[in-house]
Amino acid sequence: MALEAPASPQSTRHHAGVNRGDRAWNGLLLGLGLAVLALAAVIIGMLLHASQPLWKAMSPWQFLKSTDWDPANDSFGALPFIYGTLVTSGLALLLAVPVGLGLSIFLTELAPKQLRPFVAFGVELLAGIPSVVYGLWGLFTLAPLLREHVQPFLAKVLGPIPGIGALFRGAPLGLGFLSAGVILAIMILPTICAVTTEVVKTVPLPLREASLALGATRWEMVRLSVLPYSKAGILGAVLLGLGRALGETMAVTMVIGNNPEIHASLFAAGYSLPSVIANEFAEATDASHTAALASLALVLFAITFLMNAGARVLVRRSKHTAGAHG
Amino acid sequence: MNAYAGRKVVNLVMMVLCGLAALGALLPLGSVLWLVVSHGVAGLNFTFFTALPKPVGEAGGGVGNAVVGTLQIVALACVIGLPLGVGAGVFLAEKGDSALGNAVRFTAEVLSGVPSIVVGIVAYGLVVVPMKRFSAIAGAVALAILMVPTLARGTEELVRLVPRSIREAALGLGVPEWKTSLRVVLRTALGGVATAALLAIARATGETAPLLFTALNNQYWNVRPDQPTASLTVQIFNYAISPYDDWHQKAWSAALVLLLLVGGLNLTARALTRNRLKGAR
Repeated sequence: MALEAPASPQSTRHHAGVNRGDRAWNGLLLGLGLAVLALAAVIIGMLLHASQPLWKAMSPWQFLKSTDWDPANDSFGALPFIYGTLVTSGLALLLAVPVGLGLSIFLTELAPKQLRPFVAFGVELLAGIPSVVYGLWGLFTLAPLLREHVQPFLAKVLGPIPGIGALFRGAPLGLGFLSAGVILAIMILPTICAVTTEVVKTVPLPLREASLALGATRWEMVRLSVLPYSKAGILGAVLLGLGRALGETMAVTMVIGNNPEIHASLFAAGYSLPSVIANEFAEATDASHTAALASLALVLFAITFLMNAGARVLVRRSKHTAGAHG
Repeated sequence: MNAYAGRKVVNLVMMVLCGLAALGALLPLGSVLWLVVSHGVAGLNFTFFTALPKPVGEAGGGVGNAVVGTLQIVALACVIGLPLGVGAGVFLAEKGDSALGNAVRFTAEVLSGVPSIVVGIVAYGLVVVPMKRFSAIAGAVALAILMVPTLARGTEELVRLVPRSIREAALGLGVPEWKTSLRVVLRTALGGVATAALLAIARATGETAPLLFTALNNQYWNVRPDQPTASLTVQIFNYAISPYDDWHQKAWSAALVLLLLVGGLNLTARALTRNRLKGAR
């Protein structure tokens, strides 16, 4: 009947209603999409606004290269925090990347089929533990372990070596760069493992079969077929892990020692960008102190933003090539 | 023959190393879980969930107000964050194949990596400064900002899983586009979206850093959302860094409560996914 009378008033009204509904729905969705862009703008705008007062007192360059942090005397330097953040995150990568890669290879190539879900579940659990719980564990379990056993051992074995020995000298405090690096490594391991596993799974079966058919051992198959194919994706996974490590706050705050100084030794107590914000922001009453902390947040945001943007581009590109091949 | 033996040895060594890596990764997990449970259980009793924190030296006391505060802040964060995040995800799935869609997707991905402490400063500027006081609302805004990007990406992936044929069937029957999206496509993806939402809620429940200078803390019962509010995570942090053994014990017990809460949410999400997959099969 509707087909026979397309021009009846009722049908026209019905169609107008449909269009209005669709228009409203499209408008709503568009608004929600734009809200994400607005959110990014608000975050950047708020950080710039909050750090503004500091730039009247000192130039950004001065702020970045000064090593003196003394809020009581209006002296603000970001370098000790940038140093601490980079050293602990670098250490975390050094520890977590080989372990994460090995774990991924174990999960995708090695483990018996029945065992895989359990290991994967364990890794997922590891990712789900709140960072303050890691901090608690780090403070009362990891730090004493490092202080009493690991640090004396490292100092004895590696300390006398010229060059890298400088990293392992000084009193074994437990709390410091080393503890923070180790706990960060544990925390970013699930990220690195999850993304790497996903990328490694996209390696086409014929590629693996080809190297096995040519007489490659299992490891040679991994080294010659799997790893080269997923290179870009693995690099993306590493960058994602690095992004997480740079911004991790609570666990690091609880074990890094909270000391705004630069030391070569990994045993020394240090400080990181997120930790100083966590410790001092709520108590900062002085306008310039607040602005200095907001500026540190801006530096942190800039570093993690670049890291994440790079990682996403790499992961996307590697998935893209994988899709084209598969 | 000799070269082959060498290659086999290399293979064996590398495979053993990979196995050790897996073991090494699971060791901290076992240690964390075991210590939280074994230390935490000692302090758990009924009053731990119902009492207010006591000053140092006084026996008893609990984290009742912190449990309530966490639930309150997270619930408020859901009110703000869930519609925004899920909505943005639906936008990406339905209208996301455009230049604007790509820009929104990329922004959401990059925003999901913004450190939570930075988001705390943003929420401080947005809510605490104009209100001139710390509040549960400020904490909720911080958590909501953290929820939106991950939730948007998760929702998009799940909505995209709905087969085209279902959508085409609805459109072919003359159902308007908006009704198809809402009543057919979203309805089909509902289980998955609920999983994504639960995971986002679990993550928000475990956050500490963005609450430190937004919700702050509170030693007393509080139900008003415009007042400073206690949370389990901040309470654990304060107890842990204190110099008192008694409070350290409380930190472990509170950590156990937090793990049960977060773990429960995660496991529920997993169970939902499994049922959904079973249904699909």
